[in-house]
Amino acid sequence: MIRYLLRRVGQAVIVLWGVSIAVFSIMHLVPGDPVRLALGTRFNQETYDALVARAGLDDPIVVQYVNWLGNALTGDLGVSFRSGRPVTELILERLPATMSLAFGAIVVALLIALPLGLVSALRPRSAVDYVATFISQAGISIPDFWLAIVAILLFSLTLGWMPSSGYVALTEDPVEWARHLVLPSVVVGTVSGAILTRFVRSSALEALGQDYTRTARAKGLPQRVVINRHVLRNALVPVITVTGIQLAYLLSGVVVVEVVFAWQGLGQLALQAVETRDYPLLQGAVLLFALFFLVVNLVVDLLYALVDPRIAHR
Amino acid sequence: MAPSDQSVDPVLAVEDLTVRIATRRGPAHVVNGVSWSVGAGETLAVVGESGSGKSVSVLSLLGLVPRPPATVTGTATFDGQDLIALPEEALQKVRGPGIGMVFQDPMTSLNPVLTVGRQLTEGMEVHLGYDRGRAQERAVELLDLVGIPSPRERLRAYPHHLSGGMRQRVMIAIALSCDPTVLVADEATTALDVTIQAQIVELIGDLQRELGMAVVWITHDLGVVAGIADRVAVMYAGRIVEEAAVDALYASPQHPYTRGLLASLPVLGAAGGRRSDLAVIPGLPPDPVHLPPGCPFHPRCPVRGDARCADQVPPLRPVGATAGIPHRVATFYDPDATADPARIEDGSP
Amino acid sequence: MTSTADETAGMGSAPVEAGTVAAPDDTAGLRGLLRVVVRNRLAAVAVVVLALFVVVAVLGERLAPYGRNEVSSEDKLQAPSLDHLFGTDQLGRDVFSRVLIGAEPSLRVGLVAVSIALVGGVVFGLVAGFYRGWIDDLIMRVMDVLFAFPAILLAIAILAIRGRGSTNAMIAIGIVYTPIFARVTRASVLSVREEVFVRAARSIGAGDLRIMARHVLPNVAAPVIVQTSVSLAFAILSEAALSFIGLGTQPPEPSWGRMLADGRGFIQDAWWIAVFPGLAIFAVVFSFNVLGDALRDALDPRQRSAIESASAGQ
Repeated sequence: MIRYLLRRVGQAVIVLWGVSIAVFSIMHLVPGDPVRLALGTRFNQETYDALVARAGLDDPIVVQYVNWLGNALTGDLGVSFRSGRPVTELILERLPATMSLAFGAIVVALLIALPLGLVSALRPRSAVDYVATFISQAGISIPDFWLAIVAILLFSLTLGWMPSSGYVALTEDPVEWARHLVLPSVVVGTVSGAILTRFVRSSALEALGQDYTRTARAKGLPQRVVINRHVLRNALVPVITVTGIQLAYLLSGVVVVEVVFAWQGLGQLALQAVETRDYPLLQGAVLLFALFFLVVNLVVDLLYALVDPRIAHR
Repeated sequence: MAPSDQSVDPVLAVEDLTVRIATRRGPAHVVNGVSWSVGAGETLAVVGESGSGKSVSVLSLLGLVPRPPATVTGTATFDGQDLIALPEEALQKVRGPGIGMVFQDPMTSLNPVLTVGRQLTEGMEVHLGYDRGRAQERAVELLDLVGIPSPRERLRAYPHHLSGGMRQRVMIAIALSCDPTVLVADEATTALDVTIQAQIVELIGDLQRELGMAVVWITHDLGVVAGIADRVAVMYAGRIVEEAAVDALYASPQHPYTRGLLASLPVLGAAGGRRSDLAVIPGLPPDPVHLPPGCPFHPRCPVRGDARCADQVPPLRPVGATAGIPHRVATFYDPDATADPARIEDGSP
Repeated sequence: MTSTADETAGMGSAPVEAGTVAAPDDTAGLRGLLRVVVRNRLAAVAVVVLALFVVVAVLGERLAPYGRNEVSSEDKLQAPSLDHLFGTDQLGRDVFSRVLIGAEPSLRVGLVAVSIALVGGVVFGLVAGFYRGWIDDLIMRVMDVLFAFPAILLAIAILAIRGRGSTNAMIAIGIVYTPIFARVTRASVLSVREEVFVRAARSIGAGDLRIMARHVLPNVAAPVIVQTSVSLAFAILSEAALSFIGLGTQPPEPSWGRMLADGRGFIQDAWWIAVFPGLAIFAVVFSFNVLGDALRDALDPRQRSAIESASAGQ
């Protein structure tokens, strides 16, 4: 078990190192002078020099990388070209919004997927099953930003039930936080839920068809026990993995939905960074996203190993 | 078809069982009018190749073949009840305390995420009303009974910690946990190494002597049958084509299919030192969706001794008896009378 | 819609004895594909939609009743009518025509991007799987690094370096989807590599390239074809998303994503501007996904489905 843990963590570290190099190169692969590009028409020799010095762009590239990496490890992701504020600070400001959305979406997704997927598996080829299958296939095909627009149109502008945009911090006003969270969570959660439904269904079907399920029935155990104790435990294991991966993706990838909802999250921040050529900010944001993704994936793998005793035994 | 007359009262009597399964290509006639019975302390072997319907015939008794798509008719009398007519809740009470099953692949038949102990105790908790502690004590006893060393430690083990032979012993322990009247072993040794196979066969034999239950062995392995069965029923394409006491079957098989099966067993130093090829029954078993009219073995039969073989299904008719166990075969003709010595490679002297 | 594995769901693997005898697997191979499409009405609809899509993309301008930028100040913001099937936008342009014309960039970017991913991925996967050793490790670590970024984010980062526009979007999306092709290819190669015939070919001195071409490639074809359809779906979705946030196809080139962005501001007064392009995106992406699933059932049932790929964040 320990060996497996170490191996996985080791892999993750190597990939993370690769990621750091890739992220670091963003600024340096840009054709032209990144600082000049960032300042654009507001170019001013003083500011230019100050930014270059702060970002250490005078040094040889390897030194730059080492410095950047070293700083990043201590939490210093540089200074924004645009605002002059520390990148880390900017990111931390936006983090709660993104996390709220990610978790809200996962909750919605599970609320949709677990019942729908399970019932589907228990009654294959029934009406529920066909509906669930259709929803799954449709769900991954729907552009989430379009769904967001339609949802805002329907629920916010036409029906007036929900606010149409914006994020309110939990600490500021819990009720408003929840109210503003509903629509974006439902939009993002529906897409994730569609994916998960299919997965829950196929996972449950597979477990139902296994020999051990047959053995459980042959023992005369009541259906309820067979499902809860034998089938679910096996079926949910891969579902945990997928949910985790979804969560990782949600923490990092819902850029476009954030734009539609004017959701002051990390995704929107990254986009702004691209538009304003604020490379340190972009690098910081991308690095963090990748880190999230990797860490959540790693945690999921380890959880999987804990729950399924066979994995660690290899 | 009346159940066979025998010296022992049957504890499980199957009569005219048919199982039809709806498939995309049409209904598959998997079991076609099968009858057998087994008594306490007796071992019946149901023999046949894959696709003969032998497993389905037994699984359908316990309601383990989902219907739909299966349709099951016939009667299976157990403990005064007809299993086939029983609703699911009542069947649940029979599975375990009435009839215990051991399946083919112990690797996949045990739940990988539950401990061995849990899988042993749950049946007892449900059927015998034991609390956890008592069930665990009994579980230890059972593991010991099936020959697993350090049984108490094993309770906490997971299936993947055990070898194939051990797992199968656990399966047997589970099957026995509620003191069943009948133990069914469905290809219980097929997935194991040869040496382990012998151990398991012997184990079940010993357990039967100790506990007195009836045992039904479903297998395609004639070697296993010779070792432990009292009576044998040979199945082909969903029908019983021959049934007899085990010695009678090996000594004088009457059905061409049985003869073919026995002849195909490799025998060391056979036929006077001449190295002969393995005898093989040419052709394949019929597709259950498109069964031939008449005798199902007819297309492959080397004898075809009667004009009726092609269009009528021959009924089982008695051809003798051994110690009160009748020998029956489903042919219209007498194979010995019409046998062409050059065509049937008959290994018997 | 449900896979063939679901047939015996519910109670253990017992009844399949009936199937072990003569029944051929009638869903395999190209003939099987036709059979699947015919039997599966949804797949048939998908094929029709896709055919339509290709025709529209190729013939766009000629099919459209109005010009791509034909403005008309009297006809601003008209609701759908016989004259203007999808209504008009804020500049009086016919939305229906623009949707038709917008098909071309979507198809073009999708095709080119997936071609890049396919060629790159298959080559990497072949080399990695065939030669194993350090080259395999190296290639797959690089792929892992790419995988560590959520798709949209990686595309955005690449566009940040290269600048916006449909050409760069093609490259970006192509890079984003290369790893999945590499993995799929490599997995196929690994499964075939140890096959007797490959070893036999080796033993009679057949050159590596020859072995790869004659023995390995055909086995790789099936999963790659399936992956292509699925990736086309996501590539088109990605292109739309990138255009939506302004990084992809640039005006005056019409593009569904851009139209959505434009229409968003008018959503309350003229919902048709945003809704119809979104429906178009959905229809095409959905069809590619359905086709991918049908192809998978016909060619390679063991591979993971479009939905399973989506659930892994790809």
